[in-house]
Amino acid sequence: MGAIQKVEGKRNAAVQAKIPVVVDAGFHVNSNTPSEDYLIPLKVKWTAAGALDGGELMFPKPSFEKVEGTEKPLSVFTGSFDIVANFKVAANAPAGPGSAAGKLSYQACNAKMCFPPKTVDIAVPYQVD
Amino acid sequence: MFRPSVSIVLFGALALGSFFVGCSSGTRTVKAASLRPVSERKPAPDFALKDADGRTVHLSDYKGKVVLLDFWATWCGPCRMEIPWFIEMQRDNKDRGFEVLGVSMDDNGWEDVKPFLSEMKINYRVVIGNDATAQLYGDVESLPTTFLIDRDGKIAVVHVGLTSKRDFQDGVEQLLQPGQSGSKVALNRVLVPALSLRPR
Repeated sequence: MGAIQKVEGKRNAAVQAKIPVVVDAGFHVNSNTPSEDYLIPLKVKWTAAGALDGGELMFPKPSFEKVEGTEKPLSVFTGSFDIVANFKVAANAPAGPGSAAGKLSYQACNAKMCFPPKTVDIAVPYQVD
Repeated sequence: MFRPSVSIVLFGALALGSFFVGCSSGTRTVKAASLRPVSERKPAPDFALKDADGRTVHLSDYKGKVVLLDFWATWCGPCRMEIPWFIEMQRDNKDRGFEVLGVSMDDNGWEDVKPFLSEMKINYRVVIGNDATAQLYGDVESLPTTFLIDRDGKIAVVHVGLTSKRDFQDGVEQLLQPGQSGSKVALNRVLVPALSLRPR
């Protein structure tokens, strides 16, 4: 059980946040680069980054699953994985705590059915030293 | 916030199973019986939704026909697998009093759906669904979810998730028989584990 761990740094420092995700066994979410145009990708969008700049994302390497009826193997994420966000503490950031807000969107399926796309709020707590 | 307690659990199929089939609540299993006996069938809720030409479609317009009502979406791989079967079934059985009616649950509506209809050469009517329609049918959330409706407008079977072409054909064929009384098709059990997407 753990929220996104707090990141800490001085002004102009590079900091890295990990967004931990778990997909239940037997299910997958489309990766950030789905193998078909019609599939909905996993996305993170920062809505209010506070004292953090950037937020460039690094996704894990997807796995490729062959699903009955699809021509290409699907590019998916399964199980537990982290999405890494790279920030830089703003040069003029006030010292103290804060939180960067974003939204994580995903769409999940198993071999037999799919579920509607969902978006959940995420927050990266930070401390500017 | 992405708190540890945040957990997105998708139980749509469970709700659906309880609503229409009346079984398996509190577990992760849905048992969707095929062709319920006539006496146990519930009326399919009516709705009014627009088709691709902007015409209003009521389910009640189809009374007297056997209807395959398919909740689907363009982003749903298993739904896309079934659609060619429905095209074939529509073609082969249209003159026997059978119609396929697709209910797309795409959030972007016709923007996504119309190109797909053309690409797939879909030969049956499709309407854009909404939350209210999904609720009418037992909170349809998992796709595909397909209802076979008899000539009296009653739900003879619900298939949650990808189903075999043979199961659809058998069900339709049985419903098209004069004086059919259902119950020849074996139970179709669909396992629907819950999905969680949550922080560790």
